[in-house]
Amino acid sequence: MQASSLSKTKKTSWGGGGVQPLDAAYGKLMMWFFIVSDALTFSGFLVAYGFSRFKNIDSWPIADEVFHHFPFLHGVDAPMYYVALMTFILIFSSVTMVLAVDAGHNNDKNKVAFYMLLTIIGGAVFVGSQAWEWKNFIKGEYGAVEIQNGEILQFYDIKKDKRIPIDEFAVLQSQERITHDNNVGIWYQSEAKLPEITLSEVMEGFKTNSTITVRVEKLDEKGQKIILSREDAEDKLSSATRVVKGANLIRNEYGNPLFADFFFFITGFHGFHVFSGVIINIIIFINVLLGTYERRGHYDMVEKVGLYWHFVDLVWVFVFTFFYLV
Amino acid sequence: MAKHEHKLEIFRGYLKFKSNVQKIWGVLIFLSIVTAIEVALGILKPPILMNYFLGLKLINWLFIIMTIIKAYYITWDFMHVRDEKPFLKNTIILPLLILIPFLLFILLWEGSYIFDVMLDGLKEWDFDIY
Repeated sequence: MQASSLSKTKKTSWGGGGVQPLDAAYGKLMMWFFIVSDALTFSGFLVAYGFSRFKNIDSWPIADEVFHHFPFLHGVDAPMYYVALMTFILIFSSVTMVLAVDAGHNNDKNKVAFYMLLTIIGGAVFVGSQAWEWKNFIKGEYGAVEIQNGEILQFYDIKKDKRIPIDEFAVLQSQERITHDNNVGIWYQSEAKLPEITLSEVMEGFKTNSTITVRVEKLDEKGQKIILSREDAEDKLSSATRVVKGANLIRNEYGNPLFADFFFFITGFHGFHVFSGVIINIIIFINVLLGTYERRGHYDMVEKVGLYWHFVDLVWVFVFTFFYLV
Repeated sequence: MAKHEHKLEIFRGYLKFKSNVQKIWGVLIFLSIVTAIEVALGILKPPILMNYFLGLKLINWLFIIMTIIKAYYITWDFMHVRDEKPFLKNTIILPLLILIPFLLFILLWEGSYIFDVMLDGLKEWDFDIY
């Protein structure tokens, strides 16, 4: 770097004697280019989700039924309140970030540090909430049965007019099969954990309880899952292959496997962004405390990580809309 | 510092703030109101909004419009695009504004086409049953 370009306290990586293209610092412009390309990546993912949804428009899982948990309100049906809270937490941490940038413009070290700390806490709370959301999704709630063509059948109580968990009506039988571990066989092979409730127990419970019927993946004109008559349900269940509880990348109790795949992939990718954002924020926070930017004379670094942080918030606004609302 | 001057009005000058910090809080309140409306609509699901318009339910159009409004205020006020030079604004916004609707159009169109084919273009695609 030539000394001539460092005439003022402003130090940037552009050459050319202090002239800045587009009136923006080098790092800031590069951060913007990164954000534009990352925005295109995320839009690719979300559009792919839209593609799969339009392809299965008459049988897509209903988000309100999947995400309806709220901490400490066990068993209460609270669709979307928790995600709305998460959205608010992230927007609020965005606000504290802007306040940190603003304090940086006034070279107010203590305020920058304080607002950066609040931003880090907000980000950490958000990542934690997302982990909790994943836990509920993976664990599942009602359980379902998969039939031979891959369709998921959920159980429905006609008398109570609501869904019924499989462990409430399954007739428990003595189990002869135990999970095969790699220390008992000769070939050191193990198998996946056996479901707590077996298919025959569910089928037995279905036979003895005449008020229980089946809900299929298909949606009616009002966008509700179709509930079959008892005879049709028996017919469908005759080709049942396994019990499904919770969600993984291969099958989930909510319906189409693509739903879980996209949920894990998109919220996971976003959560990874939030996580790296928190780490970067912590690094900048430590630098603020050490006085690095005070000695440098400007807080441009805070502004750059701020841009990244707002971008993460921006992406969440879209994920929230397309996964939970639409 | 001349470089850090902020434009302090939002809603096309309808709402003016005295300082940048005030503007930030104002935008937060606006974003919270929009989110609250979204959540309320998502829970109530008014029957009037359940009618279809251009392939989507009206309520989903509303959600998408509100999302874009939120995105606008996050980029313009939190990311300070409002204070940037017009050329930088266009450098950021135009590629997204051109590419994303294009991608959306081709993939959603293709998705609904495949849905139609699977619905009545083939005799049977669920081969396992028979």
